[in-house]
Amino acid sequence: MTDQTLQSGSASGTAGPRAGWFGRLIYRSETARGYTLLTPALVFLGVAILVPFGILVVMSFWTAEGFGFDTTLTTHNYEQFFERPIYMALLSRTFGISGMVTIATVLLCYPMAYYVAFHVHRNKMFWLVLITLPFWTSYLLRVFAWKVVLGYEGVINSALLSVGLIEAPLEFLLYSKQAVIITLAHAWAAFAILPLYVSLEKIDKSLLEAATDLGDGPVRRFFRITLPLSLPGVISASLLVFIPTTGDYITPALLGGPDGAMIGNLIQKQFGPINNWPMGAALSIILMLCIAAISLIFIMLTLFVRKRIS
Amino acid sequence: MSVESYIRKPNRPLQLYAAIFLITLYLPVLFLPLFSFNDSLYVRFPLESFTVRWYVELFARDAVWNALWNSVRVGVAVALVSTTMGIFAAKAITRYRMPGKGPVVTFIMLPLVVPLIIFGVALLVLMSQLGVPLSLYTVAIGHMIVCLPFSIAVLIPRFEGFDASIEEASADLGENAWWTFWRVTLPMVGPGVLASLMLTFTVSFDEFILAFFLSGTQPTLPMYIWGQLRFPQEFPSVLALSSIIIVVSFVIVFLGQWINRGAISASTSGDAS
Amino acid sequence: MSGNNGFISIQNVDKYFGSFQAINDVSMTVGHGEFFSLLGASGCGKTTLLRMLAGFENPSSGEIYIDGQPMSDVPPHMRPVNMVFQNYAIFPHLNVRDNIAYGLRKQKLPKARRDDMVDEMLELIKLPHYGNRKANQLSGGQRQRIALARALILRPKVLLLDEPLGALDKQLREQMQLELRALQRTVGITFVFVTHDQEEALTLSDRIAVMSRGEVLQLDTPGGLYERPQGREVASFIGTMNFFDGQVRGQTAEAISVEAAGLGVLSIPETKGRFVEGESVQIALRPEKLELMDAAPTDGSESTKGVLQNAAYLGERSHYYVKVDGHETPIAVSAQNRFDGSFAVEEGKPVWLTWRDEAAVVLR
Ligand SMILES: Nc1ncnc2c1ncn2[C@@H]1O[C@H](COP(=O)(O)OP(=O)(O)O)[C@@H](O)[C@H]1O
Ligand SMILES: [Mg+2]
Repeated sequence: MTDQTLQSGSASGTAGPRAGWFGRLIYRSETARGYTLLTPALVFLGVAILVPFGILVVMSFWTAEGFGFDTTLTTHNYEQFFERPIYMALLSRTFGISGMVTIATVLLCYPMAYYVAFHVHRNKMFWLVLITLPFWTSYLLRVFAWKVVLGYEGVINSALLSVGLIEAPLEFLLYSKQAVIITLAHAWAAFAILPLYVSLEKIDKSLLEAATDLGDGPVRRFFRITLPLSLPGVISASLLVFIPTTGDYITPALLGGPDGAMIGNLIQKQFGPINNWPMGAALSIILMLCIAAISLIFIMLTLFVRKRIS
Repeated sequence: MSVESYIRKPNRPLQLYAAIFLITLYLPVLFLPLFSFNDSLYVRFPLESFTVRWYVELFARDAVWNALWNSVRVGVAVALVSTTMGIFAAKAITRYRMPGKGPVVTFIMLPLVVPLIIFGVALLVLMSQLGVPLSLYTVAIGHMIVCLPFSIAVLIPRFEGFDASIEEASADLGENAWWTFWRVTLPMVGPGVLASLMLTFTVSFDEFILAFFLSGTQPTLPMYIWGQLRFPQEFPSVLALSSIIIVVSFVIVFLGQWINRGAISASTSGDAS
Repeated sequence: MSGNNGFISIQNVDKYFGSFQAINDVSMTVGHGEFFSLLGASGCGKTTLLRMLAGFENPSSGEIYIDGQPMSDVPPHMRPVNMVFQNYAIFPHLNVRDNIAYGLRKQKLPKARRDDMVDEMLELIKLPHYGNRKANQLSGGQRQRIALARALILRPKVLLLDEPLGALDKQLREQMQLELRALQRTVGITFVFVTHDQEEALTLSDRIAVMSRGEVLQLDTPGGLYERPQGREVASFIGTMNFFDGQVRGQTAEAISVEAAGLGVLSIPETKGRFVEGESVQIALRPEKLELMDAAPTDGSESTKGVLQNAAYLGERSHYYVKVDGHETPIAVSAQNRFDGSFAVEEGKPVWLTWRDEAAVVLR
């Protein structure tokens, strides 16, 4: 007993001076403790995201000059963007493709999420892991797999040919907008299903019982209860698919051909073969601004829907 | 009660849909191993005879081994660093009341949504302006941007899964923060840490978009594959290599998720977005 | 028991959570070796006060001293106190032995010595053969004992207990109360015990602080709280109490004369408070201090006449409710059922109530 009490007595006696102002701050303030633990992550992400992004913004006001840059600030790149129709066309095609991908993904994933939420009772975990598993594995290889499937001499064409259903390979499969949409939808399905599942799983089952009790059939019940209540999930799934796909360049590069090119390809080319980094920077900023604007609309929509539900 | 069973009664069309969905999800990827054993330079039906020669050929290539070694080094480093930071951040987010937590969490999770090409070019610009040569280090930095939020997202449900009083009890019994971490926190979040290590390793190991902008003369494995895609005669060996990568990734991720399954169900009963 | 320099001294402590004040200017001292209880309804700030003693929360203002040392900059792991958590907080990844030995690491004892200490503790908590069980293989009562052993093995100067018996069923709880009290006597450690159960607090404690809305209403011995509550809130929280509106008629050095509605004029020994004539007060009288009779007392003691409204038979005792003129709510009377020919219950029957004036308490 005396051992312990003496120890702690002396420890507490010296704790104040030895701990110093930082130790006291840490002990006294929960906020200080929290932010101390967050410091490594925040410093890293700050340096790795905010700083480069700032430089990217600055660079977008430079111009390319041979192999170097003219660092006088000018809005030349942005003017170019609005003057030359190719940029705008590419951007609107990008959003068109991403929009189609988003709609396709959410429509296809919704029934699956519904199935797991309402009709799987045992091994739910196993199902969720199984569905989301592909998302964690190589994006490049999943796109590559679609090239194998859709290729000129690929799985579909050669299978149809050898069965004798077609005479010559179908050319529209590869190097087209459709190929890009199919591949992107497939690649992001595993990601979109989680928010959908979560919002469906959260629905209070007694509400459905009440609806049935009040005479709603399954279809009416779905449109009057289930769908509105799962709308937040639908919106976040849409956001989670739409935003990342707008910046994609691998899928269009491997499967898109000239018709399927997206803004990402152009950005990549500015930093590669075209070697006009300031223009690439400007295009990245424009893409980010568009994404931010669209996300804002999505988020307002979510808030609006949330308010209407509750 | 009868209503409940009415809602839950098996729905045949939906079951069929679920089966087709799962098959479609996995089928394209499964063609890679299928054709990797096909004794033909061309990826097409009908299949020729069975062979393992594309695999044997891979083993003889130094470039493959180099790329593999590069990817493993980057992956291990990224997994360790981002999981370490992730543990601290997840603890802070779940345990402490602090002003500005919402915006901070949003900022940390941003890389999960923002197109990676943006981070890729932004980091590329930074490195070139700083005069830092592209190397495996720059690739690792890029990968950590993505892996850190993943790690935190995996770990938060783990921290939420046990009561803070367990850690307080340790402090109460005389252990300081350091020993409390080793003796209580780490054992409690252990499965989450393991899952985070495995998932972040896989994400880094398979990542291509950032590596494309940030790798120098030493390619990672996905970069190597990208380079080989230009040569039609290399197609079968690329298939073989891809098959190995995919199988290994599936196994690691499945194990990681399975180890951590308690926490996943906890997190999905909360809010994902 | 406690002098001015109490073993634990809490001085003008406030605690805010944001703008919500959980503790409001609490000052008290706890003596060495005392079994001290914090009693109050759920949400009144007991846990918050206890957590400030343990160091998990910091006072927004004020200071806490333990054994003469100010605690404000001493983190939990350096405080000479240990805690039994409300949910016990048994380490789920360790077995019983490792749970109990958890805090011994810093003492760097030889393994044999440490094993002996753990064995001793297991013996003390009467779980000698449970050393290798995992936390999830234990019942609530067993977990509670292990939480106790884990803290006691460190010989803290103060043991903090946050409703340690709240999760147990009635029978086990009563048994554990006895054991806890015996244990505290054996080890001689100061206990600060939190409970919302007034009976438990009365049974166990040397002294009790009754809390409400973050304030200490009264700090006294169990007998003091029961017999001389200061204020209606304490009086009604501890046990059952009859309240009567009254008016002060006069005061001498030893007694105060009050006219109470339904009771007539009472002469109550009161030396502390100063009252003015005509002041409105309340008279509190415990049900068991009243006696029920079939006829008016002949010895000239105070009495009032009423009508028996109803009665509840409780085994060892019965409760009777009597309506008297001038007092709205029926007066509760508690009587032991000493003979089986207990008081004949007949609703509407006229009865007489008698009491001794010194049993009444004047409340402002
Ligand atoms: N961490 C906290 N943040 C905000 N309010 C709290 C916190 N802890 C306790 N409170 C509030 O302080 C009051 C007292 O709580 P507590 O001390 O737990 O009461 P008791 O243990 O007596 O039931 C309650 O109203 C509670 O809501
Ligand atoms: Mg409490």
